[in-house]
Amino acid sequence: MSDLVCSDLSMTFTNPQTGAAVEALKDINFTLKKGELLSVLGPSGCGKTTLLNMIAGFLIPTGGNSTLGGNVIDGPGVERGMVFQQGALFEWLPVSKNVDYGLRMKNTDPAESRKLVEKWLDIVGLQGFGDTPTYQLSGGMQQRVALARCLINDPDVILMDEPLGALDALTREKMQSLVLELWKETGKTIMIITHSVEEALLLGERLFVMAPRPGRIYKEYNLPFAERGLTESLRDIKQDEHFSEVREEILTMIWDMEEEIMGRA
Amino acid sequence: MLEWLSDNRSSIAAVIIVLLAITFVVSIFIGRRQTVLRAKDEVFGDPERTKGGWYWAVCGISALLLAWFYYSWGVGRAYFPSAANEMCQIAKLEESISPITAALPIGSRYYKSTLLVARNNNQLADLKNELPTEAFTAEEQAELKTILEQTSRLITNSSDPANLNKESEAKLAALGDQLKELTNELRAGPQGLTPTSEALAQPKWGVSDIEIPVLPMTAKGVLFDAVATKGQELTSTFVKIRNHIPVNDELIADTKERIAALKKANKTAEGDETVAETRNAYVKAVERIFKRLDDGFIFPAKSLDGINTAIGELNDAKDEARGSLGLIDAVFFPGDGVVKSKTQCTEQGSARWLPKPTDVVATFGKLANPDLESGGGYRGFPLLWWKWLPVGDVVGFVVPDWIADAWPGEYARHGADGKIEPNFKDKLLSVAQGEVELGSIPWLDGHIWDSLFRVLVALGLGIFIGVPLGLFMGVSKFFKSFFDPLIELYRPVPPLAWAPLILTIFGIQDDGKIFLLFMVAFAIMVISARTGASGTQLSKIRAAHSLGSTDRQIMWNVILPNAMPEILTGIRIAIGVCWGTLVAAEMLAGTTGVGFIENIARTVSDYELIWVTILIMGLLGLMFDLMMRWVIDKTIPWRGKG
Repeated sequence: MSDLVCSDLSMTFTNPQTGAAVEALKDINFTLKKGELLSVLGPSGCGKTTLLNMIAGFLIPTGGNSTLGGNVIDGPGVERGMVFQQGALFEWLPVSKNVDYGLRMKNTDPAESRKLVEKWLDIVGLQGFGDTPTYQLSGGMQQRVALARCLINDPDVILMDEPLGALDALTREKMQSLVLELWKETGKTIMIITHSVEEALLLGERLFVMAPRPGRIYKEYNLPFAERGLTESLRDIKQDEHFSEVREEILTMIWDMEEEIMGRA
Repeated sequence: MLEWLSDNRSSIAAVIIVLLAITFVVSIFIGRRQTVLRAKDEVFGDPERTKGGWYWAVCGISALLLAWFYYSWGVGRAYFPSAANEMCQIAKLEESISPITAALPIGSRYYKSTLLVARNNNQLADLKNELPTEAFTAEEQAELKTILEQTSRLITNSSDPANLNKESEAKLAALGDQLKELTNELRAGPQGLTPTSEALAQPKWGVSDIEIPVLPMTAKGVLFDAVATKGQELTSTFVKIRNHIPVNDELIADTKERIAALKKANKTAEGDETVAETRNAYVKAVERIFKRLDDGFIFPAKSLDGINTAIGELNDAKDEARGSLGLIDAVFFPGDGVVKSKTQCTEQGSARWLPKPTDVVATFGKLANPDLESGGGYRGFPLLWWKWLPVGDVVGFVVPDWIADAWPGEYARHGADGKIEPNFKDKLLSVAQGEVELGSIPWLDGHIWDSLFRVLVALGLGIFIGVPLGLFMGVSKFFKSFFDPLIELYRPVPPLAWAPLILTIFGIQDDGKIFLLFMVAFAIMVISARTGASGTQLSKIRAAHSLGSTDRQIMWNVILPNAMPEILTGIRIAIGVCWGTLVAAEMLAGTTGVGFIENIARTVSDYELIWVTILIMGLLGLMFDLMMRWVIDKTIPWRGKG
């Protein structure tokens, strides 16, 4: 029973100079069951990242709470792994030392962690890169390291903050397949924040479209594409009629929200 | 080997100069050809254009060295080793007759007599105009006017050739003849003259502390030296000749009496103080001029014409006898040439403060020689060498005495038998004071090491205290706000402004300088570590948190390595600033160190030593910087790539 439950989660930022309060998030309620894959979409400033940061424990909500397996989240923890847009790798360490960072912090037996590192490097497709300095890797490879570093800790939930945003289209597609593969193999609960509607559709078993001011879940979808992506080619799925329909619908939705923001500004 | 190099340094310099000249020309040639070749490939402003170009570096360095050789007279000494000695002899002649020439229009613009007449006439006229009529009675005024009138006549009488003392006239004529003889001697040339063995045994130019050997070492030099000796005698005759004329004797006696009478009247005169003062001052001024005129310094202009011509001819003869040396002097000895003072000849101009490159190398060699008994090192201390360091001293330095004081119990007291039984506390104290035999280890020694030691200890302390504090200041509100004002209060004060205070408190030994340098290094390390720590990407810290690190683990595994580039850059800057501050601090006080050597060299105007210390400091500073650059390249290859 390690479901992620958010109940009435709210976040209000106060500008320290003007004292003006901004409701970044208001009354977010959802339950993410173990093994579910959730993608979150929305225009800029709708509070996607704030939501993720609260679940990760980097921000303490001003109202409501979130629980994982019944425990209230009040700080960062190993059971919630993070993957950032730029990888956030420790560039002074080689790949293997980045991957086993979490194990070293727990003082795991070196022989055992070496085995685990081998295993995870293998899974993410970086066999033989253990001694390479991370700054010599391409963006895609850096994200693979970040994934391995996160997964080696065996978290219950993986939180990804626009993990593929900085990659080129081709690498991005490969990485999308990798994420789906990892989801299937590990059975982890995954929550992905993304800017790309296509990516959200492909990687989201469930999909939240969020709206700004106050940040809230505007619409929720349950989609078959992630399941299909495990067996079919992602490019074929993108050609699918249903896929195109939903994509257009969401694009229009977000377009309208952006327009509204501009109008108000 | 070193002796040989030292003895033959002129010849070596001669070869080096030729090589430098060739290198200079060839590098310009290569440079020009390369420029023409590349001109088509790169547009103006393309940074690629600045790559390479070793030939211009070679060109610049050889030009610099050639300029150094030239302006320090290194070229002159290499190719004309006896020129300076001959110039010294000529300077001797010039010096010997300088009192005569100074009295003639040759050495100055006017005859000395002309100047005297002009000055005294002016002053007499002024006195006449300024006569304070309110202070003197009409009678006295008339008396004063008479005195001024008579004094004025003294000048007129002296200037008249008709009045010239016959004896003086004869003396002047004889002197003129003797000068002519001297001229003829100079014109006869140096044939048959040989330098004495004593002169030949002199150390060569620049080898000893005496800049230029004084005794003549060439035939030409002997000639000039001999003429100079005779010239000296003529000069002493000349300065004794006076123009005492009978016409003036009566006038002088009378005027003296009148002045005495006035002075007497001044003493007895009653009245208010200001009037008395005015009277006294005026009479004194009159007497001063009169006294200047009663000792026969003024000659009729005509009477000196003979001497004037004779000296002119002597000068012409001197220039002729000098021959090609004049040209050499003008071309290869930039500056004011050689000047003879009382006991020695000295180089003038740039050669005085710019020692010859070869001399600088020789001085460095002498300084670097670790054998103190054969005159190496400086002030009984080698430049850089090693010694046996007793381990007990190190222990005594590291362990503070108060540990023994704080140990429970009392120090031993002398017993009834007059003996002292040391207890544990006493033994602890002797260890803390370094009085324990623990053997010795080889250790570095010398002026350079002392300077290095001070910098390294201060830098080490600055790093070990400053970096942790800086890191905490980068992550903690308390540390930042508490320590920031303290550091920012003392840091903007230039370290040298602290020096007098710190050196007064701590004394001139190592601790004062180390503390001063520590203050410098500490502030730099705190600031750089703080900048590095606060510059850590938030996502890295968040990632570390999510990977289960404790705060301490994040500090050690994320923030510290992330701040490494800034910390190492800080160390690089701190070394440079410490080095600069140290040398200045050593100049203020101390008995060892490179700055100390330079300071002593300054007080005795030892230009070679000053330049050697400057070069040592420059090279060591460069070495530090290269070393830090290497360390930075090796230890933080990820810099700027995160």
